[in-house]
Order: sequence, then structure tokens, then C-alpha cells
Amino acid sequence: MELHLGSLDTKEIFSRWLDEESNSNYGAYIPFVGTIRAEDGIEALSFDIYEPILEKWFIAWQERAKERGAIVKMAHSLGDVPIHTSSYISAVFSPKRRVALELIDEFVEDFKANAPIWKYDVIDGKRIYAQDRSTAMDGAGLLS
Amino acid sequence: MIKVEFLGPIGKAPIEIEAKSLREVSQKLKEDPSLVDWLDKCAVAHNDTMVNSLDTPLEDGDRISILPPVCGG
Repeated sequence: MELHLGSLDTKEIFSRWLDEESNSNYGAYIPFVGTIRAEDGIEALSFDIYEPILEKWFIAWQERAKERGAIVKMAHSLGDVPIHTSSYISAVFSPKRRVALELIDEFVEDFKANAPIWKYDVIDGKRIYAQDRSTAMDGAGLLS
Repeated sequence: MIKVEFLGPIGKAPIEIEAKSLREVSQKLKEDPSLVDWLDKCAVAHNDTMVNSLDTPLEDGDRISILPPVCGG
């Protein structure tokens, strides 16, 4: 897992991940790219991340992938990311395609629901929490 | 003392309180008007591990994190 300030250099990261696994004998490599769309007048999105829990979440996913003979990788941005650039990429490598296709779906969906990352719209230079697009994490409301 | 930190958009500085369980933390945080709109949406971590029980025992020096709704990607 890697965190970068600002937009991700997707080509460099995907290329490097391919090189890292070039001799690992995986038959399938499925990348996912999240790109910031221009909508609602935003100029960028901005992200806060709580790294200790993100790290634990990712380690748990590495273990789940390992049980199926696969590996997962991900990169995410910190701070402001302009429209038409990428803030999140991930990938699954597995011996055969079926496991990789299933895992990338499960991994990206759980990422959206439980990775401790907060998103803000940037409009006229101001950060506005994207509350209506955010998901309460598992166990939310415990203290209420 | 227990340190309580409020992550992401909550925008509140960390506080230190006396509490022997998460139930006591809950009782104290519910007295804070600035948290009224947050507590029902927030998940909780104890020393960076997500927790689901108010009976979670706490020890002096423990850290509680309050995690509002997320949206990575």
C-alpha cells in the first residue's frame, strides 16, 4: 500500500507493480483506476486518511487474498486531487482470472465502505465534506 | 486518562477524559453539543482497532478514535 501527496502517477505505479510481479507466475492482473470527474462545479477532491487503521484494513485484505492464492495492491492520494486525475488505484494478481475478477470487486467495494478515508469537494478553494456520498463504517452509532 | 480523538471532518481537537469502559466514554461524549450530529454516524476504534461493544474495558493511557462516514477513492 502506498500513499501519495496529490494526484497519482497511475502509469508509473501500474508499471512498477507489473515489474514487481513479473516473475511471480500470476496469470491474471486486474487493475482498477478511480478518476476524479468534473461535476457540481468542483475543481478537485481532497482527502484525509487515518493511516494506522487503513494499514490494518489493508493487511487484513492481504491475508484474505493470500488464502485464495492472490495478492492485492493499492495506492491512494492525500490532500487535493484535481479533476481528470486519479486519487485511487488498486490491483489484484492471481494465478487465474476468476479469483482476480471476484477479488477486485470485493476489495474495491469494501474499500469504499470501510477504509478510513474522508473526501471533500474543493469549490472556490474551500473544502466541503462530501457527507452525502459517504458511508457509515461497520459498527457506526456505537456511542449514540 | 483516556484520549479521545475526532477524525476527518469532525474538526474537533482531541480531549482527555476519565473512563473505565466505552459506555462511560459514550455517556461523556453525549453531553457535548458539538457531537450531537456525529455520534449516531460514527464508528469507534480502541487503540487503532475497530470495536463493536460498549463493554470494551479501558485502561489509563488508552486512545479512542471517532471515525465519521468514509468515502475513499
